[in-house]
Amino acid sequence: MSALRKSSPLAVTGKYLALAFYLTFALFPLYWLAKIAVTPDKLIFSEGTAMVPSSFTFENFRTVLIATDFLSYFKNSLIVSLGTAAITTCVAAAAGYAFSRFDFRGKRLVIALMLITQMFPLLMIIAPIYKIVAAVGLLNSLTSLIIVYTAFNVPFATFLMQSFFDGIPKDLEEAGMIDGCTRFEALRKIILPLTLPGLGATLGFIFTAAWSELLFALMLINSNDTMTFPVGLLTFVSKFSVDWGQMMAAGVLALVPSCLFFIFIQRYLVQGLTSGAVKG
Amino acid sequence: MARIELQSIAKSYGSVEVLRDINLTIEDGEFIVLVGPSGCGKSTLLRMIAGLEPISGGEFTIDGRRMNEVPPRDRDMAMVFQSYALYPHMDVARNMGFSLEIRKAAAEDRQSKIQGAAKTLGLTGLKERLPKQLSGGQRQRVAMGRAIVRDPSAFLFDEPLSNLDAALRVEMRLEIARLHQRLEATMIYVTHDQVEALTLADRIVVLNGGDIQQVGTPLDLYERPANKFVAQFIGSPTMNVLRAEAKGDSIALSGGTRIQVEGDVPASGVSELGIRPEHIHVAGSEAAQFSGRAELVEHLGSDTNIHVQVDGIGPFLVREHGHVPVNTGDEVGLFIDPEKVHLFAEDGRSLR
Repeated sequence: MSALRKSSPLAVTGKYLALAFYLTFALFPLYWLAKIAVTPDKLIFSEGTAMVPSSFTFENFRTVLIATDFLSYFKNSLIVSLGTAAITTCVAAAAGYAFSRFDFRGKRLVIALMLITQMFPLLMIIAPIYKIVAAVGLLNSLTSLIIVYTAFNVPFATFLMQSFFDGIPKDLEEAGMIDGCTRFEALRKIILPLTLPGLGATLGFIFTAAWSELLFALMLINSNDTMTFPVGLLTFVSKFSVDWGQMMAAGVLALVPSCLFFIFIQRYLVQGLTSGAVKG
Repeated sequence: MARIELQSIAKSYGSVEVLRDINLTIEDGEFIVLVGPSGCGKSTLLRMIAGLEPISGGEFTIDGRRMNEVPPRDRDMAMVFQSYALYPHMDVARNMGFSLEIRKAAAEDRQSKIQGAAKTLGLTGLKERLPKQLSGGQRQRVAMGRAIVRDPSAFLFDEPLSNLDAALRVEMRLEIARLHQRLEATMIYVTHDQVEALTLADRIVVLNGGDIQQVGTPLDLYERPANKFVAQFIGSPTMNVLRAEAKGDSIALSGGTRIQVEGDVPASGVSELGIRPEHIHVAGSEAAQFSGRAELVEHLGSDTNIHVQVDGIGPFLVREHGHVPVNTGDEVGLFIDPEKVHLFAEDGRSLR
């Protein structure tokens, strides 16, 4: 019995070692990013692989923020990502609710079509997409990116939201409707508060996907004014040299919104909000 | 006040008929229990009354007003779900007062009603708790509180006790009975548990395969079942049913044994004889009508259940009051109470 309750110190050590190994592996690139960002330019190549640089500087950050178009890229990315995340989540929540709660003609067909859109490699459809966007005159606009990202993310987000709605017992809405709600009131007052973790997860997922998307942004945008951040990063690569310090500094800054976003939504990601509703 | 009338109510999903020609009048203040095996359509019927399931045919009225198309919120009924369906993000008080909140009742009014219901159900100290911080029995009480607070014209219960353990179930059953006595409201209660049905109901509606088999008081169903299904569904342990035929004024069992029956025996059409385990008795050799071997004896303290195998007739269950000195393997003589014999026709119809 005691062996079941208390694991041996060896097992505990092993568990922590495995965790430590995983964390090192996952976080080392981030550390390296930050390290290069604060290393003075002249030391980047001379000190090469030293774990800690002999001197620090914030010069790279200053240059990136003041001397480059970084802030403009940053703003564009923020508009595109927030726009995409907001629109996708709204559409996906509505569609997911419908898939979860209603039976209607053509439901299976719509689901099948949505799955099919997820089957093609992006490279296959990038040319047609370019043609369409060019034809409607949206090249070099942030709107085009929001539309394309939304279109690509809605199916997955819909299935994600559907599974969250499926997890909320139907009885709750029915109880609400008997208590005097219309279906919409029941959705707003009972289901919506319980779906917040799902909405948070979907928002976060779509935001990150849009924030780091490169391929479409590269294809559809080539004016400096409307470049998003991943495309903008490439401007640090010139024909003859790569400005590593500034590039890494820009990378570190680009992590900030993602981190803030996740700190903001993490309390909604915590599961267990629905426990106690029905006897499990 | 609610007199509920169901006229030729039917329900079908596509070509699948779930309920057929249901006719039932529920008087104001009556406690009606819908009972039947799973899949008999009892929950569907309740959900149709609640407005959660559209009615495919027939007319449903409350106090003479047609309700078929009225949405659930305007039917003035409260429902207690099997799963309780408490709102997990609201505390106990808000759960109970939610219907008043939706109807924009005055705050003091709401508070006093919540307080009243909480007091009745012993939830006073728990009003600030969330559903997840409650035990199963407490959740059940909150679900009932939510219904009481509304003071509805009728209460609907959908197997409300089936998630509770045995002891709690008995306790809550009593509480529901008391509630009905106090509120004198119309209640419709769905269960598959015949003990709940027999103890709570003013009248029981037995459903099977989408049809009403019989409507009657608990004693009616026990003493005068309309058919073999009701006879075997109501009463525990189940009634013994044996092949039989009428021979003059007595009944012949398959082994040739003749049983005298009190009263008239129909001249033809008898195909089976039914006798409840409590109406067969262990008898000495002079009184015994036939005898068999005790295959299993269950001593329950208050009762003794004896499973007897009778050659040529089949297995019998005999239930004797108190302790009976019979052991497994013993030869026992049996005597059937002639007043308590039920006779069934080939199609299961009850003949007496």
